[in-house]
Amino acid sequence: MNSEPAIAVPPKASPYKLVFTLGIAGFFSGLILVAVYLGTLPRIQANKAEALRKAIFQVLPGCKAFKTLVFVGGKLVLRESDSPGEGGEGRTLFAGYDENSKFLGIAIPASEPGFQDLIGVLLGYNPKLREVIGLEILESKETPGLGDKIIKDQNFRANFLSLAVEPEIVSVKTGKKSAKNEVEAITGATISSKAIVRLLNKAVAKWREPIEEWTDENE
Amino acid sequence: MSEKTSLKVEFSKGIWEQNPVFIAVLGMCPVLAVTNSAINGIAMGLATFFVLFCSSILVSSLRKLIPKQVRITAFIIIIATFVTVADFTLQAFFPVIHKELGAFIALIVVNCLILGRQEAFAYKNRLGPSIADASGMGVGFLLALFLLGAVREILGSGSLFGISVFGPEFEPWIIMILPPGGFFALGFLLLFFSWFKRIRNPEREERKPGGHQDG
Repeated sequence: MNSEPAIAVPPKASPYKLVFTLGIAGFFSGLILVAVYLGTLPRIQANKAEALRKAIFQVLPGCKAFKTLVFVGGKLVLRESDSPGEGGEGRTLFAGYDENSKFLGIAIPASEPGFQDLIGVLLGYNPKLREVIGLEILESKETPGLGDKIIKDQNFRANFLSLAVEPEIVSVKTGKKSAKNEVEAITGATISSKAIVRLLNKAVAKWREPIEEWTDENE
Repeated sequence: MSEKTSLKVEFSKGIWEQNPVFIAVLGMCPVLAVTNSAINGIAMGLATFFVLFCSSILVSSLRKLIPKQVRITAFIIIIATFVTVADFTLQAFFPVIHKELGAFIALIVVNCLILGRQEAFAYKNRLGPSIADASGMGVGFLLALFLLGAVREILGSGSLFGISVFGPEFEPWIIMILPPGGFFALGFLLLFFSWFKRIRNPEREERKPGGHQDG
């Protein structure tokens, strides 16, 4: 590093010794990693499940209990265990109920590319009113101070308390909201706002029919 | 110099005289990227401290067994292992902080402060001094990140550790928590530190720290 004029010639080591040293290092490193991975995995999964569980209660106002629905063979079926975090995104939905077991709506996990990376959300959907009734951002790396207002800005979040999904949801400028299917975009975070709108439309288009089929049969 | 004072010197040089951020300007990527709040700075500083400390212990104790030709590879294996351990641990026990720091935890692997200390110090010194050196550098890095995070959070969000400092009338300078604010704040802090150093030791010629690298 410092101003040594010539690089000192290292003493000769046999190639076997080099390979052996790195092999041993890699072996122990692998052992440690596997041990730590297995040791922390249950907790990490529990954390994720807990975050999802909290979000479900958030997006379906009044929700006290939920059932997990899985999309199998073109329709939704109830799964017996109610633990979230299984089955993976794109196949699992959650049906929420209040304390009198009255059906409130469906929580739908969805994701869509935002300004930086995927924005992952959970949205609450009321199939009877055909309205979005709540939205929680689970994952977002949007710009701090601008794009992350999709999480922090209360006015923006108020858009999703009763948002009609028909006709298609559109974004409008702040203060210009005049219809139930309009979302007021955040000034300075147009891309993030539009990503949310796109995400909602896609999720609704994908899930509306299976959900309505399921609610007609079950609720 | 007795052994005790030399350990003290090895420790304290990282905090002030050779501070990895304000003097040596090492590891700028995490320094600029995650310091938009004080708590993020501290979390990143602690994670880096952990990796640096453990790697230095291991490299220093194994230094006679690692052939010179493959030392960098061996350092990287050791560092990467500890980084992954830190990554999983944060994810399991501090999910909120892990979410904030995101990819930058994994990127501690390429923090040249850590690799630099292994190559420049731990590989050439006994365990005691290596621990002192790693602790000093780690604490120096932690303090620098905290300072930068605190300045940016106070100006950019009007709060410190999430507690409002200026009251509701204060309009936050959003730029301070965006990337350009990181450069501004770091620039002013570097200016301040070199000015302060000169005031403190006016007779001493500015010592050039060896081994400038970026990272």
